Amino acid sequence: MAAKGRIEINEERCKGCTLCALACPQTIIEMATDRVNAKGYYPALLVDPDVKCTGCALCAVACPDVCITVYRQVPSKTRRAEAAV
Amino acid sequence: MTSAVMVEEKVVYERPESLADVATHYCPGCTHGIAHRIVAEVLDELGVRDRTIGVSPVGCAVLAYKYFNTDGAEAAHGRAPAMATGIKRVMPDHVVFTYQGDGDLAAIGIAEIIHAATRGENITTIFVNNAIYGMTGGQMAPTTLIGQETTSSPGGRSQTLTGFPVRMAELMAGITGSAYIARRSLHNVKEINTAKRAIKTAFLAQLNGLGFSMVELLSTCPTNWKVSPAEALAWVESDMVPYYPLGDYKVAEEVKPLMKRR
Ligand SMILES: Cc1ncc(C[n+]2csc(CCOP(=O)(O)OP(=O)(O)O)c2C)c(N)n1
Ligand code: SF4
Ligand code: SF4
Ligand code: SF4
Repeated sequence: MAAKGRIEINEERCKGCTLCALACPQTIIEMATDRVNAKGYYPALLVDPDVKCTGCALCAVACPDVCITVYRQVPSKTRRAEAAV
Repeated sequence: MTSAVMVEEKVVYERPESLADVATHYCPGCTHGIAHRIVAEVLDELGVRDRTIGVSPVGCAVLAYKYFNTDGAEAAHGRAPAMATGIKRVMPDHVVFTYQGDGDLAAIGIAEIIHAATRGENITTIFVNNAIYGMTGGQMAPTTLIGQETTSSPGGRSQTLTGFPVRMAELMAGITGSAYIARRSLHNVKEINTAKRAIKTAFLAQLNGLGFSMVELLSTCPTNWKVSPAEALAWVESDMVPYYPLGDYKVAEEVKPLMKRR
């Protein structure tokens, strides 16, 4: 099964340059069209209803403004008691 | 009793500690920001942030000392290698680097960078080649390509009038005091990762006292090239890389084992 991930974009730092969208192999990053940030840029948005993000971090490596934090789901080391119910 | 495998979320990418958590003044899509970030990641990985001093140039990166979460100084135009020399000689246990554009390093500061290397100064230079003077409004740089339009080469740079673009990595590689000289590019994720490894080698050369190291980074200036950030990356690949081939130009014998370690 493909890895699952998600990203958080710091919209206020984003300059709407589109380079993250260009780098994303899943093509799930878009520039907002309905709002601008305080600097006047259309910020990047993760549009991922089908959870296609793999947490590969290519978008974050491509971002010149370090706006993107990337998370990936990994098997938990602590198998909690509730899980066994 | 059934047992379900729980999943938890792990951060796989976040801002390096060596990069201050502030907004930069760089234009949208300018790869100066990427150059900053990979330098900061290398400083984190080497664990040298608290003993690193960066020397900023005159040019768009003039405020780099505010963006790196290290100590920093700001040099007069082109003089960063001279200032870095003084700092390193007084504080040899510190990691000292310069961060310079092509106008700063290859025009007004070409004497300083060459002599820093001939002395074998144990410093590292990050050389951002964007083929133009960004800060002052897009004038021709020594690295501007033949035919490239700038505000001071309208109609395109002419070789009869202004000669040929200077290839700094090749030039610096010919200097005996150079330990590690490389050229890399920032035009896609693969090249960014390759560039980061070269930067790590350069800092490792300094940490091992091997002499002068420089990594030239092909970079963009979408604003003064008057193209979109995405088109600027494509132009680096199609036009800059053929004239400025990527690779290692000087690897001193003592540097080779460090490249295996990185
Ligand atoms: C002594 C001196 N001469 C000229 C200038 C004007 N000046 C400021 S930045 C610059 C060139 C910047 O180009 P580059 O080094 O390529 O950096 P970039 O802005 O492209 O990152 C020049 C000529 C100056 N500040 N000081
Ligand atoms: S982490 Fe990978 S898949 Fe997810 S948005 Fe970024 S580039 Fe796309
Ligand atoms: S690469 Fe960074 S600055 Fe550019 S649009 Fe994406 S998040 Fe915004
Ligand atoms: S003028 Fe060019 S080099 Fe300077 S910040 Fe803008 S895009 Fe980058």
